[in-house]
Amino acid sequence: MGMTMIEKILARKAGVPTVAPGQIVTCEVDLTVMIDLQFATGWIPPTRIADPDRVAVVMDHAVPAPTVQDAEGGVNARRFVADFGISKFFDVGAHGICHQVIAENGLARPGEILACTDSHSCAAGAYNTAARGLGPAEVYAILCTGRTWFEVSPTIRYELIGSLPDGVSGKDVFLHLAGVFGDATNHNLEYGGDGIASLSMSDRRTIATQGAEISADFSIFPADRACRDFVDEHSPPDAAPYDGVEADPDARYAAVRRVDLSALEPHVARPGGVSGNSLPVSAVEDRAVQQCFIGSCANGQLEDLRIAASIVRGKKVAAGVRLLVTPASQRVYRDAMRAGYLQDLADAGAVITNSTCGACFGYHLGVLGPGEVCLTSSTRNFTGRMGSPDAEIYLASPATVAASALVGRVTDPRDTRD
Amino acid sequence: MLRTRFSGRVWVVGHSVNTDAMYPAHAMKMSIPEAARHVFYELRPGWVDDVERGDIIVAGRNFGLGSSRPVAALLRELGISALVAEEFNSLFFRNAINHGLPALRVGGVSTAFADGETMTLDLSEGWVANDDRGTRLPGDRLPDLVLEILSAGGIMEKLAMDGYLPETHRRS
Ligand code: SF4
Repeated sequence: MGMTMIEKILARKAGVPTVAPGQIVTCEVDLTVMIDLQFATGWIPPTRIADPDRVAVVMDHAVPAPTVQDAEGGVNARRFVADFGISKFFDVGAHGICHQVIAENGLARPGEILACTDSHSCAAGAYNTAARGLGPAEVYAILCTGRTWFEVSPTIRYELIGSLPDGVSGKDVFLHLAGVFGDATNHNLEYGGDGIASLSMSDRRTIATQGAEISADFSIFPADRACRDFVDEHSPPDAAPYDGVEADPDARYAAVRRVDLSALEPHVARPGGVSGNSLPVSAVEDRAVQQCFIGSCANGQLEDLRIAASIVRGKKVAAGVRLLVTPASQRVYRDAMRAGYLQDLADAGAVITNSTCGACFGYHLGVLGPGEVCLTSSTRNFTGRMGSPDAEIYLASPATVAASALVGRVTDPRDTRD
Repeated sequence: MLRTRFSGRVWVVGHSVNTDAMYPAHAMKMSIPEAARHVFYELRPGWVDDVERGDIIVAGRNFGLGSSRPVAALLRELGISALVAEEFNSLFFRNAINHGLPALRVGGVSTAFADGETMTLDLSEGWVANDDRGTRLPGDRLPDLVLEILSAGGIMEKLAMDGYLPETHRRS
């Protein structure tokens, strides 16, 4: 019987010819990614680890350290890296949100398994990698043993056709799916179809990342030409070859859903969650906003900053609105600075922050006060996510957030074009 | 030795209760005992004062959607003995098991119990009973691999037994 992409990777890494939904398999993990938070609470230095070459350490969630506890995490992380000779270390200065750092260093590789203790690790699915959120204790165990177990979940396939209209991006694709189809708890998501070719790698990353919001396990894209080009371009010259997976023509799916990209509009998720709660921007209530945020692993990519800069260039953020922009990594920061995007954004009145998770998870750099309304391009709009539980969080694309910052209300980005 | 059958008083919460409702970001700056004071801070203010060692949380669909933050560590700190839900987010489920907190999937459980009733559950046979109503519901029995982690008391305890942690973290 045929297998889906995820089933193929799990079977390969478990060393068995096939797997099917419901089966539990123990798999070799190709890369374990440790983040700063993991070193800040209850860190125990292990006596031995599986393989220092299959470990990356990324400082991202709380850098530069906003609390003494986080600073101590940094101390622990640096000692761990030195003790075990970890070469893939992205310390402050070479840092960024882990999913971005992983991608831009060619560490998410087609056909491989990546483990990281962040719920949005499914981001690496954009590069045909099987990655999903795992708890810190489990990632620690994988660090030690090099393996873990998975229960194979049924897969939902999205068959994409057509190409996105102007002003519509990966975030809108995802919000449309979340709004129409709702949760995918204990399911994998697989994207395929002719429409994939027209989706940029940054749009794919946004879509893959957001899978966590509908409670999916893995989410994955095929290793087509664009994917392989991206990985090759970002990999070190001495990187080993990889072997991407394709879905078998007779793979079995829990559902196959066809989506015409060319029919999509900009979307907004209303506060609380995305499932069954996302609508075309034209159908969302008219809301004044106080904070607009462009950033996160999903939408702080160079392309996102390019789009945002092109919308605000030569204009001003509305009175009473704070526009915060967080490039997803130090590399994105430098590239966006060189390209003039940061200048355009700052000239329009935006605050450009250091590359970190910060505002996305309401930890530092821009938390919300009671009664405030925020429109964000980050990943998650749970109550209290970005600060006060009495703030409201709407979620949208960087284009929609940038356009809304200019108007001071939730706005269709297609309406603010010159 | 893992107790696979035990009883406890239940607290019932609804569908799609997410991790941020149990472990808010501001609590991530605290120690585990302090952070545990913030579980359900918005959903059920004051609940942490009423919860007692051995209590069981019953939930509806999509329980634990959200972050990888180890909510299970806080729930264990509060003395919660098990989670029983109609459906778990798989990351949340794995976190519970890895922290030695049993989690059992039982269809229809959230309407079969009310706050304060007593549940008896069996992890290896996979069922729960409402001792007050005299009813019983079948659930998913936990796979052996999962029972093994629970028997060790969690994944860190298993690593300690296998010699991956320094002496000071090994239990005799
Ligand atoms: S940016 Fe937000 S969603 Fe992404 S890794 Fe950081 S906290 Fe998680």
